[in-house]
Amino acid sequence: MSFEQIVFYFFSAILLLSALAVITVRNPVHAALFLVLAFFTTAALWLLLEAEFLAITLVLVYVGAVMVLFLFVVMMLDINTSTLKERLGSYLPVGGLVAVLAIAVMAAAVGRDHFGLEQYAAPERLAADASNTRMIGEQLYTVYLYPFELAAVILLVAIIAAIALTLRTRPGSRYQNIDKQVKVKRDERLRVVKMDSEERK
Amino acid sequence: MFDAIENWMQGFGWLPDGLITFSVIMLKIVLLLAPLMTAVAYLTYAERKVIGMMQVRLGPNRVGLFGYRIWGLGQPLADAVKLMFKEIIVPSGANKGLFLFAPVLAMAPALAAWAVVPFGSEMVIADVNASLLYVLALTSIGVYGIIIAGWASNSKYPFISAMRAAAQIVSYEIAMGFALVGVILAAGSLNLGQIVAGQEGGILSWYWLPLLPLFVIYFISGVAETNRAPFDVAEGESEIVAGFHVEYSGMPFAVFFLAEYANMILISLLAALMFLGGWLSPFQGVPVLGDTFLGQDSILWLFAKTSIFLFLYLWFRATFPRYRYDQIMRLGWKVFIPITIVWLLVVALMVLAGWL
Repeated sequence: MSFEQIVFYFFSAILLLSALAVITVRNPVHAALFLVLAFFTTAALWLLLEAEFLAITLVLVYVGAVMVLFLFVVMMLDINTSTLKERLGSYLPVGGLVAVLAIAVMAAAVGRDHFGLEQYAAPERLAADASNTRMIGEQLYTVYLYPFELAAVILLVAIIAAIALTLRTRPGSRYQNIDKQVKVKRDERLRVVKMDSEERK
Repeated sequence: MFDAIENWMQGFGWLPDGLITFSVIMLKIVLLLAPLMTAVAYLTYAERKVIGMMQVRLGPNRVGLFGYRIWGLGQPLADAVKLMFKEIIVPSGANKGLFLFAPVLAMAPALAAWAVVPFGSEMVIADVNASLLYVLALTSIGVYGIIIAGWASNSKYPFISAMRAAAQIVSYEIAMGFALVGVILAAGSLNLGQIVAGQEGGILSWYWLPLLPLFVIYFISGVAETNRAPFDVAEGESEIVAGFHVEYSGMPFAVFFLAEYANMILISLLAALMFLGGWLSPFQGVPVLGDTFLGQDSILWLFAKTSIFLFLYLWFRATFPRYRYDQIMRLGWKVFIPITIVWLLVVALMVLAGWL
């Protein structure tokens, strides 16, 4: 086995085990942390493919931001595993069906007929000074410009929709208007009175 | 120097090539980390001394070395020894594994980020193409240490602290990222060495001038990212005792401390690299001074510029009261992010016009 293969199998093993742990461990915080580990090892595998921009972005976006917010929510949950187990029987048929369907779809999409060295030759080594970032940028802003812009617009709409859905000002609630606080001038709050000293009575 | 060592090791004949490369890299890492850890230790000393002077006190001045008092310079060593021999207490209700793993998670990214930081045009451990992105990604992972410490302690104040830290760091990362996008636009490269090379030519061609708003926002976001005053609501000793490390003692506590200071030095060094021309001399091209040794590029310039930012860190701590939590959020989302977006457009126009 070459060094590259050892690295690949090492990270793949960690990836699969941590992915398995995400759905099997009891504690939701542990599950979220295993998901972080899964993302991290995926980034390592992408680095093996010389896709350093994608790998670092995966860590930056998913590990650095998305999973932090995930943990933020999951840490506040108070999950009682025994009540969850009681209703396992009623969920099992539907869950099983979904699982079987998902496996079937994945097998059809990434099975032996579509992947493997016969279908795709091993990618060629890039030159040492090749910039992965520049290559992705050139593809995105020339060939895939319209899909890229469409995705951007959809994301923008989603952001505005998320804010619009959660933003509600209840009429009765009292809150601070910070802009007003910041704009306050000294003269509006403070009056300096000049007076002569008085005789003590 | 490293080539000489490599040649010397190859001279033995029986050492495998992989081992030679490995040991040279390890040597580089040791040569980076040993001074870094010393700098961290003496940064704590500098902090106490500087803040002491600002408050008309003396600061630490008792602990010396070998019977000489030398302005208390032995203090960091005494602190290190004290922390090493303190008992490590794990609260009975804590999640033990994660409780002890959290300091590691805080420390590892704080050190790993240094792998791509250049100290000169050739002095860098790993000259990665996307090194700026790598640093940004690793500094964003550092928050896991705080979050997990807060959760695993199974205590109220650490938990509040973890929540605060998570929200604050995710918010300021956006402003920081946008500020860095401006630098990338101006330099046309993600490589820190090339970013410094793009600032060649005297103090006026460094990026602090065309990117002034981004420069200010980057450093303030950096202060917020490292949880330092006035943004240290995650620690907030007057409100939540000491935040995420309330339950920590001895070495695990010390590791959090080291990580925080290593991150401070990293942020300062990056600010010097990206906005103050790194190792470039400010006197480049100046008639008389530029011809002397002051006109030469050197690592001393880099350290001098880094010290400016480290001093600012300490100065902020002595000067500003702690921000209220909602005001931190407002500053990050409603002030910094809009300003950075507007200035990105300005930078793009400057690049189009050929001014950068």
